[in-house]
Amino acid sequence: MFKDLFHKKKYATVPSERPKRDIPEGLMNKCAKCGNIQYSKELEKNLKVCSSCGHHFRLNAWERIQMIMDDGRLTEFDADMLSEDPLGFPGYADKLEQQKMSSGLKDAVVTGEGEIGGFPVVVAVMSFDFFSGSMGSVVGEKITRAIEQAHEKQLPVIIFSTSGGARMQESILSLMQMAKTSAALAKFQGAGGLFISVMTDPTMGGVTASFASLGDYNLAEPGALVGFAGRIVIEQTIRQKLPDNFQTAEFNMQHGQLDMVVHRKEMKSVLTKLLDMHMVKEVVPHGG
Amino acid sequence: MAGELSFEKPLSELRNKIDELKRFGQEKGIDFTDEINRLEQRYAQLEQELYSELTPAQKMHLARHHQRPTSLDFIQTVFTDFLEVHGDRLFADDLAIVGGLAKLNGIPVTVIGHQRGKDTKDNIARFFGSPHPEGFRKALRLMQQADKFKRPIITFIDTKGAYPGNTAEERGQSEAIARNLREMATFGVPIICVVIGEGGSGGALALGVGNRVLMLENAIYSVISPNGAASILWKDASKADQAAEAMKITAKDLKDFGIVEEIIPEPRGGAHRNLEQQADSIKDALWRHLQELSAMTPDALVEDRYMKFRKIGIYASAAASSGEAGKDEEQLTEPIETAPL
Repeated sequence: MFKDLFHKKKYATVPSERPKRDIPEGLMNKCAKCGNIQYSKELEKNLKVCSSCGHHFRLNAWERIQMIMDDGRLTEFDADMLSEDPLGFPGYADKLEQQKMSSGLKDAVVTGEGEIGGFPVVVAVMSFDFFSGSMGSVVGEKITRAIEQAHEKQLPVIIFSTSGGARMQESILSLMQMAKTSAALAKFQGAGGLFISVMTDPTMGGVTASFASLGDYNLAEPGALVGFAGRIVIEQTIRQKLPDNFQTAEFNMQHGQLDMVVHRKEMKSVLTKLLDMHMVKEVVPHGG
Repeated sequence: MAGELSFEKPLSELRNKIDELKRFGQEKGIDFTDEINRLEQRYAQLEQELYSELTPAQKMHLARHHQRPTSLDFIQTVFTDFLEVHGDRLFADDLAIVGGLAKLNGIPVTVIGHQRGKDTKDNIARFFGSPHPEGFRKALRLMQQADKFKRPIITFIDTKGAYPGNTAEERGQSEAIARNLREMATFGVPIICVVIGEGGSGGALALGVGNRVLMLENAIYSVISPNGAASILWKDASKADQAAEAMKITAKDLKDFGIVEEIIPEPRGGAHRNLEQQADSIKDALWRHLQELSAMTPDALVEDRYMKFRKIGIYASAAASSGEAGKDEEQLTEPIETAPL
């Protein structure tokens, strides 16, 4: 029929068995922010920063360790510590297993000792790909132990945070990790220890409201979401739309909450400079 | 009963029945004494059954009861000579947190608490007891002052959580909470915290780093409100009762976890049934713990508080630890390897 010419053909959508991908796995990557498609190898050479818009892709703990530690080397602490299911929380044990499988990690933080720019440091690196980087007993304990190790060995501590917040499935135990890690920092910093906090996308809730905000220097990667309450909760409370840049690193710096926003390419050199500034222990004598 | 909760309905129905029978007997001049006594007995039994085995969800509703005494109610009944002071010296006076000086059995103390409103207007002024950064900073200022003048610090915890607003974020809600957690760990004076109603999340913990944490029998304390947890986990905030069960939020749960030192009993039916009686038992508990803590040196108090929180956490750890750090780490962490249960 003539009329049929103007009708669009209708196709039924058949859900595909495999998750939909625009490009063959691993070869290309699409920027979540600008949509630019780039070769994975190029992206990696660029430290996983979009060459077109500068968007910082999320890194997992080991990618970041590779990037920031001298020779990518770290002597790991507490590599075998595992989460339990202390509340018998519905579904938690299964979810833990599934997260271990999908991320290849044992929990949401890797801690250890190594060098940055030739300076020995203790680092804790969180990973968003394990349980949204949530803090339960293991994350709290590993970070506290790392701070204690640094205290004992008189080394600086650098924590790279990324977290959705506290791990609900451990309820009050996860809340108390905020107090535990902050108290460990009180001891360490009170004794003259240097703590540099680096917040990466996203750092929210109980992690921001404890150790991540307590750096002698608070740094963040460009565009990183850093805040306490989530945007949706706030929008529901105040019944207003929030601006696009709300809770970004730049927004936080503008409001006096951060010392610096540091591009991933500059991160290692900025950390090295900061470490260097704290290595001289004697006070310069008065000049005549 | 005024302000009854749904699970208390059977009690009030029985009470109505007893009252009706009494009235009817008087009007008609019939002696129902036996029947009334029987019903009173039944009432006492029912009351006993109902309140001795409250579910976590029922406790949650009692903890949130609109007539439940607030921090100011307890401050005025437990202490004498309360002098409220205001402001964080930086931005504003947040009415969601109250604080000041008071005397406990004649001893000057600093007392601070989250403050819910008594009615809608009061609640709006006090942000329903959910502090902004200036509230936490006011509390910190008062605690630093207490540390300077060697006064014990007593806090009352009663909040759904820190206020989730854009201006709170702009002024550093996270930093304000984090700083309180760190600084509370450093004070050389006794700190006693009492969870009197709802202890919600970081906003509660920001007044909660004490040598002793006490909890009223029906109070709750959790990382996120059961409503919040339900909406995140099951995309349904109305499943709060279910979440309350799963999240282990009651005073007994927290005592089992070693987070709470003592459960302060409530009058039958909840704290709102008898403020004076409740204030007395809080005062009694505070005084006992304060006497114990007052015997300790400032350094010992700091260490005691550190160890209290240092021990909290339940995890599994394989004996063999890889890497060079193994030895040091084993030494360092030996005493805390077994988590409290």
